[in-house]
Amino acid sequence: MQKQAIFQSRLLPFALVAPQLAIVLIFFYWPALQAVIQSFLLQDAFGLSTSFVWFENYVELFKEPAYFEAIVRTFFFSFAIAVSSLSLALLLAVMADKPMRGGTLYRTLLIWPYAVAPPVVGVLWIFMLHPSLGVISRYLRAAGIDWNPLLDSNQAATLIILAAAWKQVSYNFLFFLAGLQAIPRSVMEAAAIDGARPMRRFWTVTFPLLSPTIFFLLVINIVYAFFDTFGIIDTMTRGGPGKATETLVYKVYSDGLLGGNLGGSAAQSVILMVIVIVLTGIQFRFVERKVTY
Amino acid sequence: MVEQEGIRRYVAHVILWIGIAIVAFPVYVAIVASTQDNALIANGQMSLLPGGHFFEVYYQTIFVGTSGSTREPVANMMLNSLVMAMLIAVGKIAISIISAYGIVYFRFPFRMPIFWIIFITLMLPVEVRIYPTYKIVADLHMLDSYAGLSLPLIASATATLLFRQFFMTVPDELLEASRIDGAGPLRFFWDTLLPLSRTNMAALFVILFILGWNQYLWPLLITTRDDMQTIQVGIRKMITTSDALTEWPVVMATAVLAMLPPVFVVLAMQKLFVRGLVETEK
Repeated sequence: MQKQAIFQSRLLPFALVAPQLAIVLIFFYWPALQAVIQSFLLQDAFGLSTSFVWFENYVELFKEPAYFEAIVRTFFFSFAIAVSSLSLALLLAVMADKPMRGGTLYRTLLIWPYAVAPPVVGVLWIFMLHPSLGVISRYLRAAGIDWNPLLDSNQAATLIILAAAWKQVSYNFLFFLAGLQAIPRSVMEAAAIDGARPMRRFWTVTFPLLSPTIFFLLVINIVYAFFDTFGIIDTMTRGGPGKATETLVYKVYSDGLLGGNLGGSAAQSVILMVIVIVLTGIQFRFVERKVTY
Repeated sequence: MVEQEGIRRYVAHVILWIGIAIVAFPVYVAIVASTQDNALIANGQMSLLPGGHFFEVYYQTIFVGTSGSTREPVANMMLNSLVMAMLIAVGKIAISIISAYGIVYFRFPFRMPIFWIIFITLMLPVEVRIYPTYKIVADLHMLDSYAGLSLPLIASATATLLFRQFFMTVPDELLEASRIDGAGPLRFFWDTLLPLSRTNMAALFVILFILGWNQYLWPLLITTRDDMQTIQVGIRKMITTSDALTEWPVVMATAVLAMLPPVFVVLAMQKLFVRGLVETEK
């Protein structure tokens, strides 16, 4: 798309784009390039000498079972977070979409967790479900569950998924509500006149019309689960127990900062970049034109 | 619709209230915990009703801080978070709106390559290039500074794309009219385009402010001095690995304080926020 009416000037446009271009080049492209270069280098433990090793860092990474486990874990977390928060959000949005009293109030009371920072979400949930002092843990123990997410890896994973999904429900709710309100009333009324009951109307009319929104949110939720859960994980479990809650982003952080393995950490960063680029590509390819509000 | 919706509507209200209760419960617990005695909480005997230490705990949190690993008063952390969030929001809007203006309203050599260079930065979060970015910020002597906290987070294209899309919908007649009135490019931008973009700018501000306020990994890496840390980093440092030392009422009060500004911004500007969100993310 091009504008027909434009200004003629030789220097002004460059001056206009210069600030952004400078910041993007210095703080985006330079480090991204550094990550790629670093991923081909091997540095000795003291940082005294480096050598170019082609794909050795990548090969090492894929030979490491822990990396595969982190990949599988990250995808599992993403899937679990997306499915649980999407389904709860869809249920709430369908309920809130009905013309009813207090609709705005409900919306207001449901959307604010979007604004809560991931580390704060982590702090809130670890406090409620802390093995020795959590208010919910008490009831879990009374119900005969041996609850200790700081030692039990399945419980730790459940805790992360719960907290991350809790935060994301409000975001998904907003988009579902917008999607639902974009469905013309006449379509629903036509289905109702044809004798379709509410449940059937939902599955045969609403759900298919909502599918672009669902797909869009799926991609957004996966990206969220990849990156924004870092603060939740770091405050709740710090990747533990063992490595039970270590996702790909957390591994980049812990390998680079604590392990001092810069080449390996850079190789992981590059792989992450590729994953994000693919996800973004999918989003633009399939969603950009189809989602209309 | 055709059915009698009485019972269904009743069910809808009940489900929505259950949803709201689930969403609100963790925050309720935090508020209650921030008014209680630490010894009681540490024993696992926390009550679900507010205690009597409200003023004491919040005074300590805001002006004194914990006695543990971070001794910084939370007021100072909040100030750091506020400065960082404002710099990110205002800085990103400012550089994005002028670059979008340049790209949409001018023809110049390398226009498309420049557009693509900016466009590609979309959605690649700072987390994936964290160590190289850290090294560059360190080399530029920007560790422990507001510039170091905000500049790397300004480097992405979301806002530019939003403004570009919006400028495309501005009728050409407006430009022609201002030109007939003798306005140059800067005058047109300032007198016509900027006032038209007000709603977009406000919606974007809400989103970027929250994004900035909620940053965690980046400030965690580049701030070493306690007096430069943001509230999100501070709260994590308050949870010590040894449970006995964690002052939970102070931690919970900090959590409540950390939530206040972004939640307030969302609630105050709900309409704008919702519209902005739906427009930017698609």
